[in-house]
Amino acid sequence: MERTTLDLWVGAFVVAGIAALVILAMKVGNLSTYNVSDTYQLDAYFTNVGGLKPKASIKSAGVLVGRVTGISLDTNRYEAKVTMSIDQRYQFPKDTFASILTSGLLGEQYIGLSPGGDDKMLKNGDELKHTQSAMVLENMIGRFLYDKAAAGSNSK
Amino acid sequence: MPVLKNIKAIGHRSVDAVWRLGYATRFFLMTLVYSGASFRRFSLTVREMFFTGVMSLIIILVAGTFVGMVLGLQGYETLKRYGSESALGSLVALSLVRELGPVLAALLFASRAGSAMTAEIGLMKATEQIDAMEIMAVNPIARVVAPRFWAGVISMPLLAALFSALGVFGGYVVGVVLIGVDEGSFWSQMQAAVDFQHDIMNGVLKSVVFGVAVTAISLFEGYDAPPTAEGVSGATTRTVVESSLAILILDFILTAFMFRGS
Repeated sequence: MERTTLDLWVGAFVVAGIAALVILAMKVGNLSTYNVSDTYQLDAYFTNVGGLKPKASIKSAGVLVGRVTGISLDTNRYEAKVTMSIDQRYQFPKDTFASILTSGLLGEQYIGLSPGGDDKMLKNGDELKHTQSAMVLENMIGRFLYDKAAAGSNSK
Repeated sequence: MPVLKNIKAIGHRSVDAVWRLGYATRFFLMTLVYSGASFRRFSLTVREMFFTGVMSLIIILVAGTFVGMVLGLQGYETLKRYGSESALGSLVALSLVRELGPVLAALLFASRAGSAMTAEIGLMKATEQIDAMEIMAVNPIARVVAPRFWAGVISMPLLAALFSALGVFGGYVVGVVLIGVDEGSFWSQMQAAVDFQHDIMNGVLKSVVFGVAVTAISLFEGYDAPPTAEGVSGATTRTVVESSLAILILDFILTAFMFRGS
């Protein structure tokens, strides 16, 4: 069996195809930002998660510290249970406050962590006690209208 | 009795269609069973990869670039109305990686390489080369059909990846270089939106499925073609029509399974 120019062309084709896949993975996709470092799990209960989705980012002071790994309904409490995996490099105090925020007016929802002042740190499997649910636009408008109506009837 | 004649014709056609489907299934299984030789003598497969994969490169690369450029232009015009031009990168990349890359590359592959495969095998049969092989105790499925099948299955995902990559490049040229969308947000929004496993690997999986469908249809149509000039030309047309329909229908089914509820 001899090497032919045909083999060269096919080889170049295969190399180009694999290179295209690698470019797609690195430049277009998020493989380069995949978190390979160790993580630990935290749970938090929210009365309403709004439009939060699995893989949503978890930020503290605007820095990405982890990802939402699961959202389910806890039928004992009838609240949404959100499981998060946080980068091992970032430790948070026990009384850390978790709130569901929106990036921009119509952007994606994410969880913001505001650290408290406790000396003890959260460990793997712990639960965040202080949470604030997502803002639901309909509720906000409803409350706004209600307040306006109440203010109008008071001034009479 | 014309009514009875029509009913007879319908019945005849239905039985014929089922018969043909069964034959096609057996042909496909035989191809899989006898594909050992196409890996043991890999040079056979490499030769076919040259004719199916390398020869389709130009059309795939040019088409990919222009599809990406059109996506960039149309996406920009639409997104501009909502003031979210920065999402152009994620729009271009997601549409290419999930749908347009695998589907359009497969459609082009079917009309470029699939039709050629059908015509080649149909003509081999018409000129009794296939029969000659059988007389010489060479299995035509192992020698002719299986290498072409595996060459198509290997080439298809590579071509689709090239199509998507060139498409993203085309979108970048139109969106960032010509129109002036911010380069940083173009790439960062794209990377935030495209997930490696969920989007890119599912796109690759799609193109593998399309590769199997297109090559299996092309090879069977060629092998089943009546050994006449008319028969071969009809088989070539059927290859393009059937593979295009198969690609689009399979794409709907695969999309429904892969991307539902996300």
